[in-house]
Amino acid sequence: MIDKIVESAAAAVADVRDGATVMIGGFGTAGLPDELIAALLDQGARDLVVVNNNAGNGDTGLAALLGAGRVRKIICSFPRQVDSWHFDRLYREGKIELELVPQGNLAERIRAAGAGIGAFFTPTGYGTILAEGKETREIGGRMQVLEYAIHADVALIKAERGDRWGNLTYRKTVRNFGPIMAMAATCTIATVHEVVELGALDPEAVVTQGLFVQRVVPIVRTATRGAGFKAA
Amino acid sequence: MTDTTLPRWTRDQMAARVAQDIADGSVVNLGIGLPTLIANHLPEGREVILQSENGIIGMGPAPAAGEEDFDLTNAGKQPVTLLPGGSYFHHADSFAMMRGGHLDICVLGAFQVSAHGDLANWHTGAEGAIPAVGGAMDLAIGAKRTFVMMEHLTKAGESKLVESCTYPLTGLACVSRVYTDLAVIDVGPRGAVVVDMAEGLGFDQLQAVTAIPLAR
Repeated sequence: MIDKIVESAAAAVADVRDGATVMIGGFGTAGLPDELIAALLDQGARDLVVVNNNAGNGDTGLAALLGAGRVRKIICSFPRQVDSWHFDRLYREGKIELELVPQGNLAERIRAAGAGIGAFFTPTGYGTILAEGKETREIGGRMQVLEYAIHADVALIKAERGDRWGNLTYRKTVRNFGPIMAMAATCTIATVHEVVELGALDPEAVVTQGLFVQRVVPIVRTATRGAGFKAA
Repeated sequence: MTDTTLPRWTRDQMAARVAQDIADGSVVNLGIGLPTLIANHLPEGREVILQSENGIIGMGPAPAAGEEDFDLTNAGKQPVTLLPGGSYFHHADSFAMMRGGHLDICVLGAFQVSAHGDLANWHTGAEGAIPAVGGAMDLAIGAKRTFVMMEHLTKAGESKLVESCTYPLTGLACVSRVYTDLAVIDVGPRGAVVVDMAEGLGFDQLQAVTAIPLAR
Protein backbone atom coordinates (compact mmCIF):
# COMPACT_ATOMS: atom_id res chain seq x y z
CA MET A 1 0.00 0.00 0.00
CA ILE A 2 1.18 3.48 -0.77
CA ASP A 3 1.00 5.86 2.16
CA LYS A 4 2.97 9.10 1.95
CA ILE A 5 1.43 10.66 5.03
CA VAL A 6 4.07 11.55 7.61
CA GLU A 7 2.71 12.65 10.94
CA SER A 8 5.32 15.25 11.86
CA ALA A 9 7.37 17.88 10.07
CA ALA A 10 10.39 16.74 12.07
CA ALA A 11 10.12 13.19 10.75
CA ALA A 12 9.57 14.47 7.21
CA VAL A 13 12.83 16.48 7.12
CA ALA A 14 14.94 14.11 9.26
CA ASP A 15 17.11 12.89 6.36
CA VAL A 16 17.96 16.25 4.75
CA ARG A 17 21.77 16.19 4.42
CA ASP A 18 24.31 18.96 4.93
CA GLY A 19 25.02 20.62 1.58
CA ALA A 20 21.63 19.71 0.12
CA THR A 21 19.89 21.89 -2.45
CA VAL A 22 16.52 22.72 -0.95
CA MET A 23 13.73 24.36 -2.93
CA ILE A 24 11.29 26.24 -0.73
CA GLY A 25 7.94 27.28 -2.14
CA GLY A 26 6.37 30.66 -1.55
CA PHE A 27 6.20 34.19 -2.82
CA GLY A 28 6.94 36.27 0.25
CA THR A 29 4.91 34.52 2.94
CA ALA A 30 2.14 33.19 0.66
CA GLY A 31 2.97 29.52 0.19
CA LEU A 32 6.00 29.55 2.48
CA PRO A 33 5.94 26.24 4.40
CA ASP A 34 6.82 27.70 7.80
CA GLU A 35 6.41 24.42 9.72
CA LEU A 36 8.81 22.53 7.44
CA ILE A 37 11.39 25.31 7.61
CA ALA A 38 11.15 25.38 11.40
CA ALA A 39 11.66 21.61 11.46
CA LEU A 40 14.68 21.91 9.14
CA LEU A 41 16.12 24.55 11.46
CA ASP A 42 15.72 22.18 14.43
CA GLN A 43 17.13 19.28 12.41
CA GLY A 44 20.39 21.18 11.99
CA ALA A 45 21.34 20.60 8.32
CA ARG A 46 23.82 23.24 7.18
CA ASP A 47 25.73 24.45 4.17
CA LEU A 48 22.42 24.41 2.29
CA VAL A 49 21.70 25.84 -1.14
CA VAL A 50 18.20 27.32 -1.01
CA VAL A 51 16.00 28.11 -3.99
CA ASN A 52 13.13 30.50 -3.22
CA ASN A 53 11.70 33.57 -4.91
CA ASN A 54 12.79 35.83 -2.04
CA ALA A 55 15.28 35.73 0.81
CA GLY A 56 13.10 35.74 3.90
CA ASN A 57 10.82 38.20 5.65
CA GLY A 58 11.11 39.30 9.27
CA ASP A 59 12.57 36.88 11.78
CA THR A 60 10.69 33.65 11.11
CA GLY A 61 10.45 31.07 8.32
CA LEU A 62 13.16 31.32 5.67
CA ALA A 63 14.59 34.41 7.40
CA ALA A 64 15.24 32.34 10.53
CA LEU A 65 17.04 29.63 8.51
CA LEU A 66 19.24 32.29 6.92
CA GLY A 67 19.76 34.06 10.24
CA ALA A 68 20.99 30.82 11.83
CA GLY A 69 23.74 30.61 9.23
CA ARG A 70 22.50 27.38 7.67
CA VAL A 71 22.44 28.59 4.09
CA ARG A 72 25.61 28.81 1.99
CA LYS A 73 23.94 30.06 -1.17
CA ILE A 74 20.54 31.33 -2.20
CA ILE A 75 19.13 31.26 -5.73
CA CYS A 76 16.29 33.78 -5.97
CA SER A 77 14.81 36.66 -7.93
CA PHE A 78 14.02 39.24 -5.28
CA PRO A 79 16.09 39.13 -2.07
CA ARG A 80 15.85 42.78 -1.09
CA GLN A 81 12.64 43.68 0.72
CA VAL A 82 11.73 46.06 3.52
CA ASP A 83 11.96 43.21 6.03
CA SER A 84 14.84 41.07 4.64
CA TRP A 85 17.32 42.22 7.28
CA HIS A 86 18.79 38.76 7.94
CA PHE A 87 19.68 38.28 4.28
CA ASP A 88 20.86 41.88 3.95
CA ARG A 89 23.30 41.47 6.84
CA LEU A 90 24.68 38.13 5.58
CA TYR A 91 25.08 39.49 2.07
CA ARG A 92 26.87 42.63 3.24
CA GLU A 93 29.18 40.53 5.44
CA GLY A 94 29.95 38.23 2.51
CA LYS A 95 28.51 35.25 4.38
CA ILE A 96 26.02 34.14 1.75
CA GLU A 97 26.35 33.62 -1.98
CA LEU A 98 23.58 35.09 -4.13
CA GLU A 99 22.60 33.82 -7.57
CA LEU A 100 20.12 36.40 -8.80
CA VAL A 101 17.78 35.07 -11.49
CA PRO A 102 14.92 36.86 -13.28
CA GLN A 103 11.73 35.43 -11.83
CA GLY A 104 10.47 33.87 -15.04
CA ASN A 105 13.85 32.29 -15.72
CA LEU A 106 13.85 30.94 -12.17
CA ALA A 107 10.42 29.40 -12.67
CA GLU A 108 11.29 27.94 -16.06
CA ARG A 109 14.66 26.57 -14.88
CA ILE A 110 12.79 24.77 -12.10
CA ARG A 111 10.10 23.56 -14.50
CA ALA A 112 12.76 22.39 -16.95
CA ALA A 113 14.42 20.24 -14.28
CA GLY A 114 11.10 18.62 -13.50
CA ALA A 115 10.37 18.07 -17.18
CA GLY A 116 13.74 16.51 -17.99
CA ILE A 117 14.99 19.43 -20.05
CA GLY A 118 18.66 20.27 -19.57
CA ALA A 119 18.57 23.88 -20.65
CA PHE A 120 16.59 26.29 -22.83
CA PHE A 121 16.99 29.55 -24.71
CA THR A 122 14.96 32.53 -23.49
CA PRO A 123 14.85 36.19 -24.50
CA THR A 124 14.54 37.28 -20.85
CA GLY A 125 17.66 39.02 -19.61
CA TYR A 126 19.41 39.28 -22.97
CA GLY A 127 21.75 42.27 -23.01
CA THR A 128 21.68 42.67 -19.21
CA ILE A 129 24.29 41.98 -16.54
CA LEU A 130 22.32 38.90 -15.47
CA ALA A 131 23.13 37.29 -18.82
CA GLU A 132 26.84 38.11 -18.74
CA GLY A 133 29.03 35.17 -19.69
CA LYS A 134 26.06 33.09 -20.83
CA GLU A 135 25.75 31.53 -24.27
CA THR A 136 23.45 33.45 -26.60
CA ARG A 137 21.89 32.63 -29.93
CA GLU A 138 19.55 34.33 -32.40
CA ILE A 139 16.41 32.25 -32.70
CA GLY A 140 13.41 33.37 -34.70
CA GLY A 141 14.97 36.79 -35.23
CA ARG A 142 15.37 37.38 -31.52
CA MET A 143 18.46 37.18 -29.32
CA GLN A 144 18.12 34.59 -26.57
CA VAL A 145 20.13 33.41 -23.57
CA LEU A 146 20.91 29.80 -22.59
CA GLU A 147 19.62 28.99 -19.11
CA TYR A 148 20.16 25.65 -17.34
CA ALA A 149 17.69 23.59 -15.32
CA ILE A 150 17.82 23.75 -11.51
CA HIS A 151 17.42 20.40 -9.75
CA ALA A 152 16.99 19.99 -6.01
CA ASP A 153 17.51 17.24 -3.49
CA VAL A 154 14.49 18.34 -1.49
CA ALA A 155 11.48 20.59 -2.08
CA LEU A 156 9.50 21.98 0.84
CA ILE A 157 6.10 23.23 -0.31
CA LYS A 158 2.76 24.25 1.10
CA ALA A 159 -0.47 22.82 -0.27
CA GLU A 160 -4.08 22.74 0.90
CA ARG A 161 -5.48 19.22 0.64
CA GLY A 162 -3.70 15.96 -0.05
CA ASP A 163 -4.24 12.21 -0.05
CA ARG A 164 -2.03 9.20 0.72
CA TRP A 165 -0.85 9.01 -2.90
CA GLY A 166 0.50 12.56 -2.59
CA ASN A 167 -2.06 14.22 -4.85
CA LEU A 168 -2.33 17.91 -3.96
CA THR A 169 -4.54 20.93 -4.35
CA TYR A 170 -3.56 24.46 -3.34
CA ARG A 171 -5.27 27.56 -2.00
CA LYS A 172 -5.26 30.83 -3.97
CA THR A 173 -1.80 32.33 -4.60
CA VAL A 174 -0.17 29.84 -2.23
CA ARG A 175 0.24 27.71 -5.38
CA ASN A 176 3.01 29.90 -6.90
CA PHE A 177 6.21 27.77 -7.09
CA GLY A 178 4.77 24.65 -5.41
CA PRO A 179 3.78 22.55 -8.44
CA ILE A 180 7.04 23.12 -10.36
CA MET A 181 9.29 22.64 -7.32
CA ALA A 182 7.47 19.38 -6.61
CA MET A 183 8.52 18.21 -10.09
CA ALA A 184 12.15 19.37 -9.78
CA ALA A 185 13.16 17.75 -6.50
CA THR A 186 14.21 14.18 -5.71
CA CYS A 187 12.20 14.31 -2.48
CA THR A 188 9.20 16.63 -2.27
CA ILE A 189 7.66 17.26 1.13
CA ALA A 190 4.29 19.03 1.16
CA THR A 191 2.28 20.33 4.06
CA VAL A 192 -1.50 20.15 3.78
CA HIS A 193 -4.28 21.47 5.96
CA GLU A 194 -6.43 18.45 5.30
CA VAL A 195 -5.68 14.81 4.48
CA VAL A 196 -8.52 13.26 2.51
CA GLU A 197 -9.40 9.73 1.39
CA LEU A 198 -8.25 8.56 -2.03
CA GLY A 199 -10.85 9.66 -4.54
CA ALA A 200 -12.05 12.59 -2.47
CA LEU A 201 -10.05 15.12 -4.48
CA ASP A 202 -11.82 16.01 -7.73
CA PRO A 203 -9.64 14.33 -10.40
CA GLU A 204 -10.28 17.33 -12.67
CA ALA A 205 -8.89 19.65 -10.00
CA VAL A 206 -5.78 17.84 -8.74
CA VAL A 207 -2.94 20.29 -9.43
CA THR A 208 0.09 18.22 -8.41
CA GLN A 209 -0.04 14.50 -9.14
CA GLY A 210 1.13 12.18 -6.40
CA LEU A 211 4.13 10.87 -8.31
CA PHE A 212 5.80 14.27 -7.82
CA VAL A 213 5.36 14.09 -4.04
CA GLN A 214 7.16 11.81 -1.57
CA ARG A 215 5.84 12.99 1.82
CA VAL A 216 2.64 14.70 2.95
CA VAL A 217 2.54 16.33 6.37
CA PRO A 218 -0.77 17.43 7.87
CA ILE A 219 -0.54 20.72 9.76
CA VAL A 220 -3.09 22.86 11.55
CA ARG A 221 -4.02 25.97 9.60
CA THR A 222 -2.80 29.27 10.96
CA ALA A 223 -3.50 32.55 9.19
CA THR A 224 -0.68 33.48 6.79
CA ARG A 225 1.18 36.51 8.08
CA GLY A 226 1.53 39.53 5.82
CA ALA A 227 5.10 40.61 5.07
CA GLY A 228 7.38 42.02 2.43
CA PHE A 229 5.77 45.43 1.95
CA LYS A 230 5.56 48.77 3.68
CA ALA A 231 2.29 49.21 5.52
CA ALA A 232 0.35 52.16 4.10
CA MET B 1 16.70 70.95 -8.95
CA THR B 2 13.27 70.03 -10.26
CA ASP B 3 11.55 72.94 -11.95
CA THR B 4 8.32 73.04 -9.96
CA THR B 5 6.92 75.82 -12.12
CA LEU B 6 6.24 73.56 -15.12
CA PRO B 7 2.60 72.58 -15.63
CA ARG B 8 2.41 68.88 -14.84
CA TRP B 9 0.02 66.01 -14.26
CA THR B 10 -0.55 64.61 -10.78
CA ARG B 11 0.07 60.91 -10.20
CA ASP B 12 -3.63 60.21 -10.50
CA GLN B 13 -3.83 62.22 -13.72
CA MET B 14 -0.86 60.24 -15.07
CA ALA B 15 -2.61 57.00 -14.14
CA ALA B 16 -5.83 58.19 -15.80
CA ARG B 17 -3.86 59.12 -18.94
CA VAL B 18 -2.38 55.60 -19.16
CA ALA B 19 -5.79 54.05 -18.48
CA GLN B 20 -7.20 56.01 -21.44
CA ASP B 21 -4.88 53.99 -23.75
CA ILE B 22 -5.89 50.57 -22.41
CA ALA B 23 -8.56 49.20 -24.73
CA ASP B 24 -11.64 47.27 -23.67
CA GLY B 25 -10.80 43.57 -23.42
CA SER B 26 -7.07 44.02 -22.78
CA VAL B 27 -5.11 41.67 -20.55
CA VAL B 28 -2.70 43.82 -18.58
CA ASN B 29 0.04 43.50 -15.97
CA LEU B 30 0.58 46.57 -13.81
CA GLY B 31 4.03 46.78 -12.23
CA ILE B 32 4.72 47.58 -8.59
CA GLY B 33 4.68 51.27 -7.63
CA LEU B 34 3.14 54.03 -9.75
CA PRO B 35 1.50 51.68 -12.30
CA THR B 36 -0.72 50.10 -9.63
CA LEU B 37 -2.64 53.41 -9.53
CA ILE B 38 -3.90 52.75 -13.07
CA ALA B 39 -6.39 50.15 -11.82
CA ASN B 40 -8.29 52.95 -10.02
CA HIS B 41 -8.71 54.93 -13.24
CA LEU B 42 -9.94 52.44 -15.83
CA PRO B 43 -12.90 54.14 -17.54
CA GLU B 44 -16.37 52.93 -16.64
CA GLY B 45 -17.64 50.18 -18.91
CA ARG B 46 -14.20 49.07 -20.05
CA GLU B 47 -13.49 45.46 -19.15
CA VAL B 48 -9.77 44.97 -18.52
CA ILE B 49 -8.29 41.77 -17.09
CA LEU B 50 -5.38 42.21 -14.69
CA GLN B 51 -2.67 39.55 -14.44
CA SER B 52 -0.38 39.29 -11.43
CA GLU B 53 2.99 37.52 -11.75
CA ASN B 54 2.44 35.40 -8.64
CA GLY B 55 -0.36 33.49 -10.30
CA ILE B 56 -3.57 35.47 -10.69
CA ILE B 57 -5.60 36.36 -13.73
CA GLY B 58 -8.69 38.45 -13.09
CA MET B 59 -7.21 40.21 -10.09
CA GLY B 60 -9.57 42.50 -8.20
CA PRO B 61 -9.00 45.43 -5.84
CA ALA B 62 -7.74 45.33 -2.26
CA PRO B 63 -10.19 43.71 0.16
CA ALA B 64 -12.12 45.70 2.74
CA ALA B 65 -10.35 46.25 6.04
CA GLY B 66 -10.57 43.10 8.13
CA GLU B 67 -11.09 40.89 5.04
CA GLU B 68 -7.39 40.52 4.19
CA ASP B 69 -6.28 37.00 3.26
CA PHE B 70 -2.50 36.73 2.91
CA ASP B 71 -2.92 33.57 0.84
CA LEU B 72 -4.21 35.94 -1.87
CA THR B 73 -1.66 38.65 -2.53
CA ASN B 74 -0.31 40.62 -5.50
CA ALA B 75 3.21 41.05 -6.88
CA GLY B 76 3.86 43.59 -4.12
CA LYS B 77 2.76 40.94 -1.57
CA GLN B 78 -0.25 43.02 -0.55
CA PRO B 79 -3.68 41.45 -0.12
CA VAL B 80 -5.99 41.57 -3.15
CA THR B 81 -9.18 39.87 -4.34
CA LEU B 82 -10.21 37.69 -7.27
CA LEU B 83 -12.95 38.76 -9.68
CA PRO B 84 -15.59 36.36 -11.04
CA GLY B 85 -13.97 34.58 -14.00
CA GLY B 86 -10.54 34.88 -12.46
CA SER B 87 -8.27 31.96 -11.62
CA TYR B 88 -4.93 30.89 -10.15
CA PHE B 89 -1.93 29.19 -11.74
CA HIS B 90 1.68 28.32 -10.95
CA HIS B 91 4.72 30.44 -11.65
CA ALA B 92 5.88 28.72 -14.84
CA ASP B 93 2.45 29.29 -16.39
CA SER B 94 2.45 32.88 -15.15
CA PHE B 95 5.71 33.68 -16.88
CA ALA B 96 4.66 31.72 -19.96
CA MET B 97 1.78 34.20 -20.20
CA MET B 98 4.34 37.02 -20.28
CA ARG B 99 7.17 35.52 -22.31
CA GLY B 100 4.74 33.87 -24.66
CA GLY B 101 3.29 37.23 -25.66
CA HIS B 102 -0.17 36.57 -24.25
CA LEU B 103 -0.42 39.86 -22.34
CA ASP B 104 -1.54 42.88 -24.33
CA ILE B 105 0.08 45.53 -22.18
CA CYS B 106 2.53 45.68 -19.33
CA VAL B 107 3.08 48.97 -17.47
CA LEU B 108 6.32 49.33 -15.51
CA GLY B 109 8.03 51.99 -13.46
CA ALA B 110 11.53 53.03 -14.52
CA PHE B 111 14.75 54.76 -13.52
CA GLN B 112 15.66 55.49 -17.14
CA VAL B 113 14.33 54.90 -20.65
CA SER B 114 16.37 55.49 -23.80
CA ALA B 115 15.13 57.04 -27.02
CA HIS B 116 15.18 53.57 -28.56
CA GLY B 117 13.15 52.01 -25.78
CA ASP B 118 15.89 50.44 -23.66
CA LEU B 119 14.71 50.13 -20.07
CA ALA B 120 16.56 50.42 -16.75
CA ASN B 121 14.29 49.84 -13.77
CA TRP B 122 15.70 47.21 -11.43
CA HIS B 123 19.06 48.25 -10.05
CA THR B 124 20.97 51.47 -9.57
CA GLY B 125 24.24 49.56 -9.62
CA ALA B 126 25.32 51.68 -6.63
CA GLU B 127 28.11 50.38 -4.40
CA GLY B 128 26.61 48.23 -1.62
CA ALA B 129 23.12 48.12 -3.16
CA ILE B 130 21.55 44.66 -2.94
CA PRO B 131 20.30 43.70 -6.40
CA ALA B 132 16.74 42.38 -6.76
CA VAL B 133 15.17 41.85 -10.16
CA GLY B 134 11.90 39.98 -9.56
CA GLY B 135 9.82 39.73 -12.72
CA ALA B 136 11.03 42.99 -14.26
CA MET B 137 13.11 41.46 -17.06
CA ASP B 138 10.42 38.97 -18.04
CA LEU B 139 7.71 41.62 -18.00
CA ALA B 140 9.78 44.09 -20.00
CA ILE B 141 10.26 41.81 -22.99
CA GLY B 142 7.09 39.75 -22.80
CA ALA B 143 3.96 41.78 -23.36
CA LYS B 144 2.79 42.83 -26.81
CA ARG B 145 3.36 46.44 -25.70
CA THR B 146 5.43 47.65 -22.76
CA PHE B 147 4.57 51.05 -21.33
CA VAL B 148 6.57 52.95 -18.76
CA MET B 149 5.01 55.26 -16.18
CA MET B 150 7.53 57.46 -14.38
CA GLU B 151 8.34 60.99 -13.25
CA HIS B 152 9.93 62.92 -16.11
CA LEU B 153 12.83 64.08 -13.93
CA THR B 154 14.82 62.60 -11.08
CA LYS B 155 14.66 64.26 -7.68
CA ALA B 156 17.87 66.05 -8.69
CA GLY B 157 16.12 67.39 -11.79
CA GLU B 158 17.83 65.15 -14.35
CA SER B 159 15.96 63.80 -17.35
CA LYS B 160 14.97 60.14 -16.98
CA LEU B 161 14.66 59.93 -20.76
CA VAL B 162 18.26 59.42 -21.84
CA GLU B 163 20.33 58.82 -24.95
CA SER B 164 21.52 55.54 -23.46
CA CYS B 165 20.86 54.12 -20.01
CA THR B 166 23.62 54.51 -17.43
CA TYR B 167 21.92 52.22 -14.90
CA PRO B 168 22.02 48.43 -15.48
CA LEU B 169 19.58 47.44 -18.23
CA THR B 170 16.36 45.52 -17.70
CA GLY B 171 15.73 44.96 -21.41
CA LEU B 172 16.80 46.21 -24.82
CA ALA B 173 14.41 48.10 -27.11
CA CYS B 174 11.38 46.86 -25.20
CA VAL B 175 9.51 50.05 -24.22
CA SER B 176 7.11 51.52 -26.77
CA ARG B 177 5.54 54.41 -24.85
CA VAL B 178 6.46 56.49 -21.81
CA TYR B 179 3.94 58.32 -19.59
CA THR B 180 5.50 60.99 -17.40
CA ASP B 181 4.09 63.81 -15.31
CA LEU B 182 4.87 66.14 -18.23
CA ALA B 183 4.10 64.21 -21.40
CA VAL B 184 3.28 61.01 -23.27
CA ILE B 185 6.19 60.08 -25.53
CA ASP B 186 6.58 57.20 -27.97
CA VAL B 187 10.06 55.68 -28.09
CA GLY B 188 11.54 53.17 -30.49
CA PRO B 189 13.53 52.82 -33.72
CA ARG B 190 12.41 56.28 -34.88
CA GLY B 191 13.45 57.95 -31.65
CA ALA B 192 11.22 59.91 -29.29
CA VAL B 193 7.94 61.37 -30.53
CA VAL B 194 5.65 63.46 -28.32
CA VAL B 195 2.07 62.19 -28.32
CA ASP B 196 0.56 64.37 -25.61
CA MET B 197 1.65 67.03 -23.11
CA ALA B 198 0.33 68.27 -19.76
CA GLU B 199 -2.14 71.12 -20.27
CA GLY B 200 -0.33 74.45 -20.53
CA LEU B 201 3.12 72.93 -21.15
CA GLY B 202 4.93 74.17 -24.26
CA PHE B 203 6.95 71.87 -26.53
CA ASP B 204 10.07 73.98 -26.03
CA GLN B 205 9.66 73.79 -22.25
CA LEU B 206 9.38 70.00 -22.51
CA GLN B 207 12.43 69.74 -24.77
CA ALA B 208 14.43 71.95 -22.40
CA VAL B 209 14.10 69.43 -19.56
CA THR B 210 14.49 66.31 -21.74
CA ALA B 211 17.93 64.89 -22.52
CA ILE B 212 16.99 63.42 -25.91
CA PRO B 213 15.70 65.15 -29.04
CA LEU B 214 11.92 65.09 -29.23
CA ALA B 215 9.87 65.09 -32.42
CA ARG B 216 6.25 66.12 -32.74
